[in-house]
Amino acid sequence: MKPFQTFRSIFAVLGAKNIDTDQIIGSDHLKITDKSGLGKHLFSDWRYLADGTDNPEFVLNQPEFKQSRVLVVGDNFGCGSSREHAPWALLDFGIEVVISSSIADIFSNNSFKNGLLPIQVSEQEHQFLLQHSGSEITVDLEQQQIHCADKKFEFKVEAFARYCLLNGLEQLDFLIGQMDEIKKYEKRHFKELA
Amino acid sequence: MVATIYEGIAPTSNESVADTLFDKVWKRHLVTAETADTPAILYIDTHLIHEVTSPQAFQMLRDKGIPLRRPDRTFATCDHSTPTTKPNEQGEYQFHGEQERHQVEQLQANCKEFDVPLYALGDKKQGIVHVIGPERGITQPGQTIVCGDSHTSTHGAFGALAFGIGTSEVGYTFATQCIPQRKSKSFGIEVSGNLNPGVTAKDIILTIIRQIGIGGATGHVIEYFGSTIRALSMDERMTICNMSIEAGARAGMIAPDDTTFDYLKDREFVPRGKDWDCAVKDWRQLYTEPGAIFDRKITIDASSIEPMITYGTNPQMGIKVGEKIPVNNEQQALDYMGLSEQQAMIGQPVDVVFIGSCTNSRISDLRDAAKVLKNRKVASSVRTLIVPGSHEIKQQAEQEGIADIFVEAGAEWREPGCSMCLGMNGDIIKEKQFCVSTSNRNFEGRQGKGGRTLLASPLTAAAAAVTGRITDPREFI
Ligand code: SF4
Repeated sequence: MKPFQTFRSIFAVLGAKNIDTDQIIGSDHLKITDKSGLGKHLFSDWRYLADGTDNPEFVLNQPEFKQSRVLVVGDNFGCGSSREHAPWALLDFGIEVVISSSIADIFSNNSFKNGLLPIQVSEQEHQFLLQHSGSEITVDLEQQQIHCADKKFEFKVEAFARYCLLNGLEQLDFLIGQMDEIKKYEKRHFKELA
Repeated sequence: MVATIYEGIAPTSNESVADTLFDKVWKRHLVTAETADTPAILYIDTHLIHEVTSPQAFQMLRDKGIPLRRPDRTFATCDHSTPTTKPNEQGEYQFHGEQERHQVEQLQANCKEFDVPLYALGDKKQGIVHVIGPERGITQPGQTIVCGDSHTSTHGAFGALAFGIGTSEVGYTFATQCIPQRKSKSFGIEVSGNLNPGVTAKDIILTIIRQIGIGGATGHVIEYFGSTIRALSMDERMTICNMSIEAGARAGMIAPDDTTFDYLKDREFVPRGKDWDCAVKDWRQLYTEPGAIFDRKITIDASSIEPMITYGTNPQMGIKVGEKIPVNNEQQALDYMGLSEQQAMIGQPVDVVFIGSCTNSRISDLRDAAKVLKNRKVASSVRTLIVPGSHEIKQQAEQEGIADIFVEAGAEWREPGCSMCLGMNGDIIKEKQFCVSTSNRNFEGRQGKGGRTLLASPLTAAAAAVTGRITDPREFI
């Protein structure tokens, strides 16, 4: 994973509440056995018309948003299935940050592990962002701040996930580093190993 | 062997407050406690896997050149992409497509390479991952259980801490048998009183989700308790815990009791003889101490619950079957569903009925459906698909004569699998079709692009199959 660095980008808004992971990436696209190429299927039921062409109404199809690296989304984003294909698809499309007033647990967990930053802001701040689609935003994970227009919003990211993102570390390496503790735990608790 | 006897567990914190069930199971599995900078390392007793969310995790092991640490605590089945039609005369399965076949074959190859026991397609013990875990006795009280699947919460019905993880964490569990985790908050849901006739566990959980909302339990582990919960069978408890995730909960738990132990006794993977007695003695410690404090708590009066039906595109959009669709500013959902505010759901024509999924495909669910379908026919306009959760359930339903009732009624009786719950195997509904489904999600397109899912209990689903319309199931019992 590459370390997460502060960046500036315009953001797109997808304001519907409760966007579930089935909408982010439909079950038709869970049949792969690797992680690649999911970006083209991101939000596919909304993004494409019945004949397979782009739906011009859909925000991410509009030229000014094609380069957005930040997506501001409605409450309870990423609810539903645990499919990690959801953050894979967002990242493959080019989205590196999602911002909402609430984000589902498993989706958040999965995002951190792949270098996608889920940010939770207050409802008031969320409202402000929802109304400023197309503005530029600066995301600073080090300081846990976002800057948009003349506003500065603070956010909190779980300390360990933040550390891993900032340093481009895989959480698995941390676990592997704890193997002695893990073995001690097993010896303590399992008769079959004693 | 999965059985784990915990001995001499010392409390890991010096808090003097009484523990909840969740606290107890959490503490038992702390390899290291959480600090400000690092999450806890949680030991995982049982890891269940299936073909959809595991291939990339096996690849992680290969990329890192490390073995799968505890194949003896890992169990695989295939369920999502598998056909529910019988194999042909040569014993070949008719997959929906090459990708589905490849996924299932890949799982087989991965399990072989890493020595993981697999309930392969055609195995007499194969079935939906959350159905066979309990059925085989792999699921046990007090365990930590993970699976790359959000409905892992099902196993919490046994007093396990069971939750869905993504593919990265599947890889972490393969590599270390642990995952990093911050402790969730706790949410107590008390349900007490007697259920009225025709009201099932599915109606209880749909009522709860309607009340607290689809994100209402985000960041929390729910514990269900109260006299109504105590009186439920294991099948019913599983239905409730299964859908905890539909309220956003990390997990749902129910303290184990004699109902739990009676269910588990003599199942394949549970301890036997003296070990069984020890295990039960230990499992009896798994309850919430009087005086323990939940971060949130609600109480529900069981007598107020009625058969439920959903009308929208997430599980919180549900009503009592006799109610009208509320005025709620859910226009996008209603447009998708082709329904309108103030419309009654009773009488709404349906095209498909699906009875199955890890929520409602167990023997008691099939018995419920059979009660309604016995000596009746499904409406000619309705395609009715009944898919048992496992081969064991299928066989039992056939022995009990339930399968005959279904076939005589004109329903399709299929091979086990996830099937139309998410339609990965080609069992799908068509655009704009209404499907009464006993599964757990009515998201847009979940059962097929443009399809419209109405979630309900097996009783309500079977009643709709007979009349071709949404019907109060109490008319049939
Ligand atoms: S039955 Fe449905 S919810 Fe359950 S594991 Fe299968 S796809 Fe998931």
